[in-house]
Amino acid sequence: MKKRKENILKFVENFYLVIILIFLYAPIVTMMVLSFNNSKSRTQWGGFTLKWYAEMFEASTVMDALTNTLIIAFASALIAAIIGTAAAIAINSMRRVPKMIVMGITNIPMLNADIVTGISLMLAFIAFGISLGFRTILIAHITFNIPYVILSVMPKLKQTSKSTYEAAMDLGASPVYAFFKVVFPDILPGVLSGFLLAFTMSLDDFIITHFTRGAGINTLSTLIYSEVRRGIRPSMYALSSIIFSAVLVLLLITNFAPNFKKEKC
Amino acid sequence: MGQPLIDLVNISKSFDGTLVLDDLNLSVKENTFVTLLGPSGCGKTTTLRIIGGFEHADTGKVVFDGQDISNLPPNKRQLNTVFQKYALFTHMNIEENIAFGLKIKNKPKAYINDKIKYALKLVNLDGFEKRSVDSLSGGQQQRIAIARAIVNEPRVLLLDEPLGALDLKLRQDMQYELIRLKNELGITFIYVTHDQEEALTMSDTIVVMNQGYIQQTGTPEQIYNEPENAFVADFIGESNIVPGIMIRDELVEIFGSRFACVDKGFGSNRPVDVVIRPEDIDLVKPEDGTLEGVCTHLIFKGVHYEMEVTTPDGFEWLVHSTDMCPVGTKVGIHVDPFDIQIMNKPASEDEEAVGVNE
Amino acid sequence: MSKKLLSGPYIAWMIGFTIIPLALIVFYGLTDRSGAFTLDNVLAIATPEHRKALWLSLVLSFLSTIVCLVLAYPLAMILRKRNMGRGSFVVFIFILPMWMNFLLRTMAWQTLLEKNGVINGILSFLHLPTQSIINTWGAIILGMVYNFLPFMILPIYNVLCKIDDNTINAAKDLGANFFQVLVHIWFPLSVPGVISGITMVFVPALTTFVISNLLGGSKILLIGNVIEQEFTRGSNWNLGSGLSLVLMIFILISMALIAKYDKNGEGTAF
Repeated sequence: MKKRKENILKFVENFYLVIILIFLYAPIVTMMVLSFNNSKSRTQWGGFTLKWYAEMFEASTVMDALTNTLIIAFASALIAAIIGTAAAIAINSMRRVPKMIVMGITNIPMLNADIVTGISLMLAFIAFGISLGFRTILIAHITFNIPYVILSVMPKLKQTSKSTYEAAMDLGASPVYAFFKVVFPDILPGVLSGFLLAFTMSLDDFIITHFTRGAGINTLSTLIYSEVRRGIRPSMYALSSIIFSAVLVLLLITNFAPNFKKEKC
Repeated sequence: MGQPLIDLVNISKSFDGTLVLDDLNLSVKENTFVTLLGPSGCGKTTTLRIIGGFEHADTGKVVFDGQDISNLPPNKRQLNTVFQKYALFTHMNIEENIAFGLKIKNKPKAYINDKIKYALKLVNLDGFEKRSVDSLSGGQQQRIAIARAIVNEPRVLLLDEPLGALDLKLRQDMQYELIRLKNELGITFIYVTHDQEEALTMSDTIVVMNQGYIQQTGTPEQIYNEPENAFVADFIGESNIVPGIMIRDELVEIFGSRFACVDKGFGSNRPVDVVIRPEDIDLVKPEDGTLEGVCTHLIFKGVHYEMEVTTPDGFEWLVHSTDMCPVGTKVGIHVDPFDIQIMNKPASEDEEAVGVNE
Repeated sequence: MSKKLLSGPYIAWMIGFTIIPLALIVFYGLTDRSGAFTLDNVLAIATPEHRKALWLSLVLSFLSTIVCLVLAYPLAMILRKRNMGRGSFVVFIFILPMWMNFLLRTMAWQTLLEKNGVINGILSFLHLPTQSIINTWGAIILGMVYNFLPFMILPIYNVLCKIDDNTINAAKDLGANFFQVLVHIWFPLSVPGVISGITMVFVPALTTFVISNLLGGSKILLIGNVIEQEFTRGSNWNLGSGLSLVLMIFILISMALIAKYDKNGEGTAF
């Protein structure tokens, strides 16, 4: 009797999980299906085709936007990782009050509304006399990316025991050497996940880019937004499906193949 | 000592295909202090969790006061648990922690307040009502965990290695505390530990477990003085376990020398295991001993010397004595008949499986 | 000593690109075009048009926050119970959709929701009455829930995972049934995650202009749409900044809540 009740409960739970996953992934599947749709309509199935995949490489606006998006995502994540990791190390050794103040500032871009962040940066760029364009998008992305890096690295730093660092120095290592040999390997997973998170956030951002980009430059997000009214060309679906699948495969390989991350819940 | 209060009948349990408990039967009488003792992974905690209702046995049943409670959830069982790391509710203060069970049962406020006062007094923490959990030391948290359990007037208190996280001195104090509590409350304690000293100090009955089997059940004296197999002998205290041959009743041959003993009924000329505790070996002049050896090791341990005496067959006898024997001296080994404990050699495969893991 | 210097670039960056920009919003919001001090831009929120937009934003973001919470809490409990082993796997599942562009994902709901869309196709196939929720409040709420649900799930999941099994067992042991354990143990211990989740859903939902644009048609104006138009079309930056200041009040309330209930940062999403 007990067993049966448990089985029913388990079934209900699985059912619920599946419903939520369908909810989250249905639009993605829809986009993927549409990328093979021979009709330009978003609602009519006009037969299978690969022409949007071919067309996508020929459209220079799409390719330019893709290049911009990837360069900005990569560069902003990398710079954020460097500045953020350095900051996290400094914050970790701060005393309580300065630490609280700096962490409070760190939280601002995370908790602030994207629209406010975007507008404020736009006002600042104009006030500083920096013309809106590639540079301003990059600066904006670095700004909202650094906190993700800091928040990923901080917990790792807390776990790292101070005594290993001290032991390394005791054995004759210089502080810099000791850091790179002993502390850095420990926090590397945090830096990497911060980088990945920053990359993702940059790639997925629209609102902040919308306000900080200049006239002549597009990322994929802003290009899509500009096409919303007149209808998005299906090669956008194709491109997004490729990006999504590539990332999925990449993450599956890195996450599940060699060393299972044994982080227990 | 009263009636059986808890009966575990043919309990088996496996996790992911690994058998943790194999057809276990255990009977616990009312108002006793029972300790489940064994190395980690022996199934003692699983047994406790099955009694508490946190695990369900694959087969068998749990009988409490004549009723089968196997399918009863933990919140319907008339017993309470003190968890390994106390599991206090950190978002409540001490008073709220202790009142938790009583509030669930909708007891009147005055009754609850009386109970809190009483319980805190009982665990020597009067006046701690408003303190937060975080402000307490490990030993104090431990006492609160006990107070939180006993205000519900359980008929059985289950304790899962409650002293494991405490330091030595505190652990010893708490042992006496627990004995006093048990006597004052007059309820049954089922206690899980891997610490044989704890078990010997506190228990009325010790249940020695290994690899899912009960190895021996008995009073501390029985367990210590008359271990039934090599595992128990080795796990409880230190001992010399040597192969021997039972010549006839009350006479055993070890390494070619014959020792008088008091055990009977093992037949004649049968191979047996012989247990001799290190403190039961008397070192005498070589010519007065039953066996002759050379002292090969000497350490001062405070209350006694620990020595190793190697006999010509190569066996190293562990000896505890207040008399010192310098390394290199020839000595004789003498053992009084009642200090020799004879055990059957493991017969079945099951017994073999649960034998000593060196 | 030298360690502190490492925070130099970061602090300079944050002053330059977070503090000063925010100060500029305050400056623009409290001045008119000639640079003279005025409260008009902030008080403009009281005009019927703006008031309506703000009220609608509050209602829709409140409702979607509630829906997210109701959906996410049981889900987080199930995920914890399953002990999906690696925390990273759960994060993975809910972060993954972000690799499909946010706008496209939201657009896809148009396809799913439209009159002749996929969902209505399934409904009519099952002989159920078809729904037309595109361009309604319902569609906007759905879009908000869809986009922000992971930000509710992850902090709650993380905080639930930190609760020791034995704490739950202890409550059961003391006689609490499922609902009593839920009310007295799960809920109070998960407050940091819940608060963090609520703000992470409520703030972006309150300030969005994209979701309302894509799924609400052009008729439904949220406060985000109003502000966006002031900057991109109307070009009255002072008015836009003034309205943003009003929004920032709600954001500050959220920050204060987090500071109060999630002191140790237990409820972070990542």
